[in-house]
Amino acid sequence: MKALVWHGKEDIRCDTVTDPEIQDSRDAIIKVTSCAICGSDLHLFHNFIPGMLPGDIMGHETMGEVVEVGSGVDGKLKKGDRIVVPFTIICGECDQCKRGNFSVCETTNRKRHLADKVFGHTTAGLFGYTHLTGGYPGGQAEYLRVPYADATHIKVPAGIPDEQLLFLSDIFPTGWQAAVQCDIEPTDTVAIWGCGPVGQMAIRSAILLGANQVIAIDCLPERLSMAEAGGATTINFETESVLERLQELTDGKGPEKCIDCVGMESHVMASLPDTLLDRAKQMVMAESDRPHVLREMIYVCRPGGIISVAGVYSGLSDMLPMGAFMNKGLTMRTGQTHVNRWTDDLLRRIEDGEIDPSFVITHTVPLEQGPEMYQVFRDKRDSCVKVVLKP
Amino acid sequence: MFHFSNIVRTKGDPKILESGPSLKQPVDQLARALGWFSIGLGVVEFFAPRRVTETLGMEGHETMVRAFGVREILAGIMSLSVDKNAGLWARVGGDGLDAAALLSGLTPDNPKKGNIALALLMVGGIAMLDYRAAQDTKPRRPPRDARRKLYPNRSGFPKGIESIRTAARQIAAHAGQNEVKQGDERRIP
Ligand SMILES: NC(=O)c1ccc[n+]([C@@H]2O[C@H](COP(=O)([O-])OP(=O)(O)OC[C@H]3O[C@@H](n4cnc5c(N)ncnc54)[C@H](O)[C@@H]3O)[C@@H](O)[C@H]2O)c1
Ligand SMILES: [Zn+2]
Ligand SMILES: [Zn+2]
Repeated sequence: MKALVWHGKEDIRCDTVTDPEIQDSRDAIIKVTSCAICGSDLHLFHNFIPGMLPGDIMGHETMGEVVEVGSGVDGKLKKGDRIVVPFTIICGECDQCKRGNFSVCETTNRKRHLADKVFGHTTAGLFGYTHLTGGYPGGQAEYLRVPYADATHIKVPAGIPDEQLLFLSDIFPTGWQAAVQCDIEPTDTVAIWGCGPVGQMAIRSAILLGANQVIAIDCLPERLSMAEAGGATTINFETESVLERLQELTDGKGPEKCIDCVGMESHVMASLPDTLLDRAKQMVMAESDRPHVLREMIYVCRPGGIISVAGVYSGLSDMLPMGAFMNKGLTMRTGQTHVNRWTDDLLRRIEDGEIDPSFVITHTVPLEQGPEMYQVFRDKRDSCVKVVLKP
Repeated sequence: MFHFSNIVRTKGDPKILESGPSLKQPVDQLARALGWFSIGLGVVEFFAPRRVTETLGMEGHETMVRAFGVREILAGIMSLSVDKNAGLWARVGGDGLDAAALLSGLTPDNPKKGNIALALLMVGGIAMLDYRAAQDTKPRRPPRDARRKLYPNRSGFPKGIESIRTAARQIAAHAGQNEVKQGDERRIP
């Protein structure tokens, strides 16, 4: 089959690889009908997240049709079912899964000795991601083996196009969880850093959850225009002062809730000297992340407020203003998304026509063009916001 | 100690049968070569500055050579990173400094001026490569004033944003009455 394969830094190719096979009784194989490129894939493209091996298959936003099931799938799935695959592989049985903390499932990371050492504890296995999270082959491919398939799936009905359902795999629940973690109250201002696909979903989620005001921050006009369309007031951090504008928009009090949808690769610019220093330190491996957004959020967030982090951080971040964080009594909530915790509710909202997540798609191309699209998406060329690939 | 190099792929996962074309251009290879060259030269300059000054008949300038070594190493690391363009421009600037330093040593009484001339020639050649690589690896991000498509009609709310806002407010008001906090993180469907 064809698949997008990681060969090294900035080197992803569309290779021919062997077809996946059932390896365990709880496996299923799907024929992929749509998949997408995520901002997290860019961290891997740049080799900023350790633990990739040349030959790893990329992709964790995937849906398709079940073509084969193992004997242990227990009638939960059958051939012909249409499923969206959550990017977190879950067993459905461990303590964490029972609590709904699916992204920290204790069972599914088959390389948990690595995660135990690096993070202190293992987290769930993830598709198409580093070997720290199991090194499972990803779904930017014609076929995908879904481990623990009896639990790791979202069944979706016929009659709704792929484009509306695909993002249940990751970015829609991710934006949703980021907003839910904020405990939004009807008087709240929610400020959202980053208007990439995750930020766009967080904006819509904050509106659906009844925020009084949503403020979105980015520097790309096309993404800011999409944020505005979704109901946000926008700030362009290249041409305006984020701190001043946020103060203005909140009568000098600061937003009650702040959401990070940027992560470890915050934009580097001369007018933000901390980003230059972070970048330099990253190059000599003295720091792994560029936490500019975290610093800014802690500084502007209203005392007693909540900071919700959806953006991915991989290792060590320097110079976080813990003094401000502690004295202002802030709360921080984070995490890879517990996808299946939210998807029943979100699927219903899609079916009811409350929201149509396909608004974010700007490019749909055949899988073979995937490698070029990694560059287009990374360079923000051609007003690209979200790329869908069709095997 | 834990080493990422100990990671191996799990048996049974798909294997590559035939590799597709790489996005890497010849200029990426050139940038890589220049990056490693930079680091190599930097290490020599940093750890053996005396060798360098003796060869060039410029004894007494060891500190400068050391500093240049640090510069070469940093520019090299940058040229090997995703920000290779910045690294290559740093190298072009460094070539200028190298040339200026060499020229300052090109005095009639320097017995090694032949070596200096040779070094200048080398710096010139490398500078041309650096410049070409820097030109050809320009980031392909669109310039800030580039015309862009805007998406003012993509609200994502088929029923319109106002109807969503009204509904959300009603639910919130209702939830307020029942003192159920909306979006409790422990609520599992
Ligand atoms: N927690 C999860 O489960 C989860 C799931 C999916 C993605 N993610 C992470 O979410 C992040 C965003 O993903 P995406 O797909 O939207 O990626 P993206 O790269 O398309 O979007 C990032 C956006 O942030 C903007 N940005 C950069 N620096 C900024 C700054 N200083 N202030 C404001 N905006 C800034 C960029 O211009 C860009 O539009 C990534 O880190 C990704 O790994 C997390
Ligand atoms: Zn993702
Ligand atoms: Zn589990």
